[in-house]
Amino acid sequence: MDAILLQILNGLDKGSAYALIALGLTLIFGTLGVVNFAHGALFMIGAFCAVTLQKLLSLSYVVIDETKTDFMGNPLKVEMPYVAKWFGPEIGATIIDWSVPLAILFSIPVMIAIGFAIERGLIKYFYRRPHADQILVTFGLAIVLQEIVKYYFGANPIPTPAPDMFAGSIDIGMLVGFDPNAIVYPSWRLIYFAFAALIIGGVFAFLQFTTFGMVVRAGMADRETVGLLGINIDRRFTIMFGIAAAVAGLAGVMYAPINSPNYHMGMDFLVLSFVVVVVGGMGSLPGAVLAGFLLGILESFASTTWATTTIPGINQVVIYLVAIIVLLARPRGLMGRKGVMED
Amino acid sequence: MSKSLLTRRGLLKTGAVAGTGLALPTIFTTGSASAFTNEPTGGTVTLGFNVPQTGPYADEGNDELLAQKLAVEHLNGEGDGGCLNTFSSKALEGNGILGHKVTFVTGDTQTKSDAARASAKSMIEKDGAIMINGGSSSGVAVAVQGLCQDAGIMFMAGLTHSNDTTGKDRSANGFRHFFNAYMSGAALAPVLAKEMGKDRRAYHLTADYTWGWTQEESIVASTEAIGWETVNTVKTPLASTDFSSYIAPVLNSGADVLVLNHYGGNMVNSLTNAVQFGLLDKQVNGKDFKIVVPLYSELMAAGAGAAIKGVLGSMNYNWQLDNEGSKAFVKSFGEKYGKPPSNSAQTCYAQVLLYADAVARAGSFNPCAVGEALEGFEFDGLGNGPTLYRAEDHQCFKDVLVVRGAQNPTSAYDTLEIVEITPAAQVTYPPNHPMFGGDEASLGECNDGA
Amino acid sequence: MLGLNGRDTTVFVIVTVLAIMAPFLLNPFPTESGLAQFNAGYPDLMQRFAIFAIFAIGFNILFGLTGYLSFGHAAFLGVGSYAAVWIFKLFTYNVVPAILFSVVIGAIFALAIGFISLRRSGIYFAILTLAFAQMSYALAYSVLSNPKFNLTNGETGLQVYPGDLQMFHNPERVPDLPHLFGLSMRANYELSVGGWDFNFNAGYYLCAAILLLMFYLSMRIFRSPFGMMLRAIKSNQTRMTYTGLNARPYALAAFVISGMYAGLAGGLMAAVDPLTGAERMQWTASGEVVLMTILGGAGTLIGPILGAGFIKYFENIFSKINDSVLHAWFAALPDGLEDFLVAIIYPFIGKGWHLTLGILFMLVVIFLPGGLVEGGQRIGRLFRSRKTRKGETDEATQSTPAE
Repeated sequence: MDAILLQILNGLDKGSAYALIALGLTLIFGTLGVVNFAHGALFMIGAFCAVTLQKLLSLSYVVIDETKTDFMGNPLKVEMPYVAKWFGPEIGATIIDWSVPLAILFSIPVMIAIGFAIERGLIKYFYRRPHADQILVTFGLAIVLQEIVKYYFGANPIPTPAPDMFAGSIDIGMLVGFDPNAIVYPSWRLIYFAFAALIIGGVFAFLQFTTFGMVVRAGMADRETVGLLGINIDRRFTIMFGIAAAVAGLAGVMYAPINSPNYHMGMDFLVLSFVVVVVGGMGSLPGAVLAGFLLGILESFASTTWATTTIPGINQVVIYLVAIIVLLARPRGLMGRKGVMED
Repeated sequence: MSKSLLTRRGLLKTGAVAGTGLALPTIFTTGSASAFTNEPTGGTVTLGFNVPQTGPYADEGNDELLAQKLAVEHLNGEGDGGCLNTFSSKALEGNGILGHKVTFVTGDTQTKSDAARASAKSMIEKDGAIMINGGSSSGVAVAVQGLCQDAGIMFMAGLTHSNDTTGKDRSANGFRHFFNAYMSGAALAPVLAKEMGKDRRAYHLTADYTWGWTQEESIVASTEAIGWETVNTVKTPLASTDFSSYIAPVLNSGADVLVLNHYGGNMVNSLTNAVQFGLLDKQVNGKDFKIVVPLYSELMAAGAGAAIKGVLGSMNYNWQLDNEGSKAFVKSFGEKYGKPPSNSAQTCYAQVLLYADAVARAGSFNPCAVGEALEGFEFDGLGNGPTLYRAEDHQCFKDVLVVRGAQNPTSAYDTLEIVEITPAAQVTYPPNHPMFGGDEASLGECNDGA
Repeated sequence: MLGLNGRDTTVFVIVTVLAIMAPFLLNPFPTESGLAQFNAGYPDLMQRFAIFAIFAIGFNILFGLTGYLSFGHAAFLGVGSYAAVWIFKLFTYNVVPAILFSVVIGAIFALAIGFISLRRSGIYFAILTLAFAQMSYALAYSVLSNPKFNLTNGETGLQVYPGDLQMFHNPERVPDLPHLFGLSMRANYELSVGGWDFNFNAGYYLCAAILLLMFYLSMRIFRSPFGMMLRAIKSNQTRMTYTGLNARPYALAAFVISGMYAGLAGGLMAAVDPLTGAERMQWTASGEVVLMTILGGAGTLIGPILGAGFIKYFENIFSKINDSVLHAWFAALPDGLEDFLVAIIYPFIGKGWHLTLGILFMLVVIFLPGGLVEGGQRIGRLFRSRKTRKGETDEATQSTPAE
């Protein structure tokens, strides 16, 4: 029982990253009709927003410590962060410690700006081009973006820890009456889940309850008619691209403490997130979220010892197997509409 | 390329005769006219450095490349000479190799067997490389080793830790300086017994491919020999980035030690995840929970950040080692690049010098002669202390380091501290050990491509 | 000629000449010169050009004609390679049975995967093929290489070991390497003329011969009624259905044919280098052939060959230019300028070759939607229009007709 609960919890946690990325992909696809292979790269850039802010906050000056030596036998150069000098060591350390949550604020304008730039500078010209061209150009963009990040940050992962107070884990099992150590879960991952739920809720509320959202939804359903009504749908779609980029970026920022960011983390998620989107049904936002959590939970269960001893290798292929079964049983994914991306 | 029926010794003799024959001018030379593949003509000799330059191991590859360039400088008598001053063999004089100035070409393995073979072939076929050095995975090492064997080129392996490289896949033209999974197990076990006691229960997470399996096998065998019990061994897909679903059940499994048989990005993530789950703060069976990472590297330590504090593992070399060779190398590397060398950098550096020295002692670039000079070669002064290149499987035997993530590092470079230097004798095994292919494993015939 | 129309005959003759003369054409620079870095005429790369051209031509039959975008074609290449190496391991080093078997296995896999995947179209089809390929990759890398049932030898890659059965292999009479009735695939004749070295490699010429055959076959398919049917699937499947034709058997046939091309390419890869690994099946490998085809020009005859050559050239030549090479090139310049130039160029070569490739993809897609072939056509048109303009003026001044 507790083992099952633990895997469900884990699945929801894994699924929240999938759902967030798939949500952004679907926003772009549903509104602009563009297959965006650079979406994983946007996720990666989000994580590197956290890295950048952490590096900015810990910008240092060098103090020479005569008592210690470095690897060459010279006096050790100790790096002292400027924030510690300006705000005192304690507050300075706290600021650096909280760089990831601060990066949420930092990343939103950055990601929206990047989103606008990509849409206005590149994607705009591809609305009427075949999907294959869109895939190729955004794939090229993804490579360029990740190589630029690699050039500045290297290929090695960069540790970006969460604030100290969220570093440990919470014994959830004890809170609800299980034995100690039965269901222990890291605090930051629980926060990630809550954060994802918040963002997803926010995006849905925005689309549901604002005029802007209403127009965008109308545009998703029938772009031509909305255009004929004299509404400038293009400008709204640009904004949607910015929002989708911000969602991917926020997913990345919050993911940074879970796994140290590296330049190819976007590619690792790219294939998976496309599978999620397709299983959910192209163009369906609830479908993307549902499929994200569903595949997260299935992946989590497939990696239990019980599953891997019953069917060897199931943990390696479960996502793809589910995708095949879903697509054969439900032609347009779980919640897809007819006629979307079938040509 | 017909199969040669000559013996190695016979070939050496004919090689000398053929060598003089080669001095004759040729109008239309064909590949088979020289005595062996890519025999250096003119004043230079070309070495091929095949390292990952793209993909997740790009930084490690870059480190290897820096070390290899440094080695070339030292061979050509530039710079401060580095380990040439401390090397026990004095055959190298800093005037290149046998009077040929050393040049090099580089290639990108992408950490994929196919790409690595393609770039190695291009170095052999196009650039005339006489030796291939480098790499950062066992799959690539075995693939390129096989290629070099067929082409009649020397292969000096870089970072490859799988038992197979000098075990069931050993080959006459391939040599490995780096240590292996068996040695990690043998070196770690006594330290683990001392630090954690003899009645521990271990839970293994293992990368699901050949290297992971050989390491798991080695560590399980050596820890069970000291009385530990293995609770579970779980294979994780290579492509995993998030290990939470594998780590979540650990705490509830009755195990009190987690062994992570992962490398590179896998290890960084699995260790970070394990620390997130608070494993190191917990007590199980009345003991503090511990994590062991059998194969460490500096770059992995840097990637995992604070998560490595107190975590034990093993290494082939660490710049903090206090011996003449190590000091000379660290000084040379540090002055040129402003950082201490990593253990993969040291292996690649040592391999280049060892190759050059063997050529100098053999008096020929013929891979068979060089191989023979390396077989059973005992040396010192390259940083690892006294070392033997064993003739039977072309594996180096030297001290193995047991290291631990430092609690209070003073800089980015001393995040690992040396716990113990396990003497070579303790990690030595017979060449026909069952984990290394048993009696069937054979080096095969040396091939010089003639 | 050979059932081809005039223009196709010209194209075929050009490709044939290029393939035969490749050792000369790809080695335009003397071996000792600084520009030798750009020479591509060494056996391994020439073989790769031919093999990946075959792979891309086959992919183009599916994607270029029917519009079905498969994202899992590398799986067929991978199984083709495994099939060939198994023939080497069990029976003989002769490449003929190995290549034939790899084509058969490629066809069987394509039939099975295509039968299921073609029930869907568009991106759903793409994801289905991707899922099958990724499953094959994951299983080949791990589960199928366990010691009890070692089909793929996992990370290390499947290769021939001395202890292997090799029933019909007699090392006394034939080379102990893949060979064509005794002619080793590695057999190489190096011709030195002046400062140039030209490589004539048995493996390459086998690949090139098969490439020409496959290219001819693809031309015939393009021009056949069957090819028209496939184009009909792409342009309007609904209309095709209304005329009473069932599109699926045609699409499946195209899928299997392209799977056979991929299996053949895989078999050839094993033939020239008898080792295969699971990475050949990874989605990035599938993506690569998509890129080759689109980059060269999807739906055109010669486009895939150009695309394959372009990408492989980058991968193998640009990745090898390192900073020492750059310094050597600019050594003649003043020090400051030299360092400046090196600093500018360095991010784009050597370890930065991915960046250059990414930028080039984007440039080609943005400015040449039809791929390199369109680029060629534009240049051609430029010349032709100049010529015709000249011709017009000629006509104007010289009013008497030629006859």
